[in-house]
Amino acid sequence: MSTLSRDEVARVAALARIDLTPDELDRLAGELDVIVESVARVSEVATPDVPATSHPLPLTNVFRADVPEPSLPIADVLRSAPASEDGKFLVPQILGEE
Amino acid sequence: MADVTRLSAAELADALGARELSSVEATQAHLDRMAAVEPAVHAFLHVNAEDALATARGVDARRAAGEQVHRLAGVPIAVKDVVVTKDMPTTAGSRILEGWIPPYDATLVTRLRQAGLPILGKTNMDEFAMGSSTEHSAYGNTHNPWDLDRIPGGSGGGSAAAVAAFEAPLAIGTDTGGSIRQPAAVTGTVGVKPTYGGVSRYGLIALASSLDQAGPVTRTVLDSALLHELIGGHDPRDSTSIDEPLPGLVDAALRGATGDLTGVRVGVVTELDGEGYQPGVRARFGEALALLEQAGAEIVQVSCPHFEYALGAYYLILPSEASSNLAKFDGMRFGLRVEPADGPVTAERVMAATRGAGFGPEVKRRIILGTYALSAGYYDAYYGSAQKVRTLIQRDFAAAFTHADVLVSPTAPTTAFRLGEKLDDPLAMYLNDVATIPANLAGVPGMSLPSGLSDDGLPVGFQILAPAKADDRLYRVGAALEAMLESVWSGHILDRAPELEVGK
Repeated sequence: MSTLSRDEVARVAALARIDLTPDELDRLAGELDVIVESVARVSEVATPDVPATSHPLPLTNVFRADVPEPSLPIADVLRSAPASEDGKFLVPQILGEE
Repeated sequence: MADVTRLSAAELADALGARELSSVEATQAHLDRMAAVEPAVHAFLHVNAEDALATARGVDARRAAGEQVHRLAGVPIAVKDVVVTKDMPTTAGSRILEGWIPPYDATLVTRLRQAGLPILGKTNMDEFAMGSSTEHSAYGNTHNPWDLDRIPGGSGGGSAAAVAAFEAPLAIGTDTGGSIRQPAAVTGTVGVKPTYGGVSRYGLIALASSLDQAGPVTRTVLDSALLHELIGGHDPRDSTSIDEPLPGLVDAALRGATGDLTGVRVGVVTELDGEGYQPGVRARFGEALALLEQAGAEIVQVSCPHFEYALGAYYLILPSEASSNLAKFDGMRFGLRVEPADGPVTAERVMAATRGAGFGPEVKRRIILGTYALSAGYYDAYYGSAQKVRTLIQRDFAAAFTHADVLVSPTAPTTAFRLGEKLDDPLAMYLNDVATIPANLAGVPGMSLPSGLSDDGLPVGFQILAPAKADDRLYRVGAALEAMLESVWSGHILDRAPELEVGK
């Protein structure tokens, strides 16, 4: 099993969209390396003949009747938004401009 | 009447039903107790006094008018801050949700409101329920009422401490790997994780969706049964909710309290004892087994050989699911928004700045671990292997339940440790959940109830596990053990906790 380097932690943190300070990166790299080494033991018993389980109880698809229901009032939803305008969420630009 | 805050929920309900006491008096007594002990305990993040008293007045009026009301109507309750509540802030213990007021109620909150339970407030917790000590809350530590220098357990330390400190007779917790049962163990209270799907998850801020389950936090087994029956049962808004009636939980608790367990097979899990378990914890566990045997139960040893891999599987599955569930905290639609200190203000950079500033260290650790475990090249080795271990653990349970009706173990390997003791050692913190995690991976129900004090004078928890959908067995065996222990102790274990109010 590979170990988790500082560069790898920085790459994964970028994938997860979390800004980290250099100090946080140093600390997390050390901690995560120990944790990953410990949890990697699962592969000892996870042999090819064992099926995976994703859910604790067997379930088939659950559908509700295809009938429209009212959604939450827009004012209630926007009340806690960081910014809104004209009954919509106001968000930063999606793409950087040259 | 004696101190109202010392009554169990069932006793309080009886007094309210007999009109010996009003809900306003009961609610005010608990608000007064909160005012007196919160400076020391800090179980609550938000106190909902006016709304709780308004609910109490409404229930009193309905009772006075002769209306039929729910048995628990007017009995106040505390709710963990991971459960969304309309018109009350809901933070999940995180800065990223500071001041957020949800636009809707969780289904379980709707049921509490419909039954007329005054909601006293929202309780402290580890941020997004990640932790075993409540020290990962962004809003300060909760202190264990047995020793204010010690942890109240986690993630639901606030709910357990509130109930242990007589600030509330009832509370709601959530349990993803032990967050109801481990706090119950270290505070001398009762906590139940129902069968997965037994209580609606609609309106819980999701940590790991295949593991999360809400349940009761109380001082007695009967109180847990009463609350479980109120919040449990099918909810069309949760597609994983079990579409069947609950078994009779209150009936099972009443039957158990008679103390007769003739014919019940109790399986002791060999792998959840021994090395790493404190001697005082093991001693109280052994004494409880002897009592169960006296009550007519048959004690058998069962082996669950894959439980030793449960912790590893859990700390892959939980972070993986959490990394996906917590992606919604991106500064766009609710909660905190932080703009980057320099450079272009694009959505992507705002997300990263917001999450960097809004999440605490344990949340960052687990999201990054989960993102790593799910990333290309590692998925099969980590997440895929963990899901296979989940199958092996389910098979262990299935085999064990052919030999036993319930399984038992100590709830946690140790009593409450000191605040700060394990904060810098994540793996040591994770080990607190070694006995509680298998139930979440398999979806089976579990209960922790107090089984005495360890050599250090702190409470020890006794865990009971039952097959999926057989939650009633927890209540039967739990109520029997509780009745026998209270007879040995001549009272409740919390009678031996230190008095928190100066001058009393």
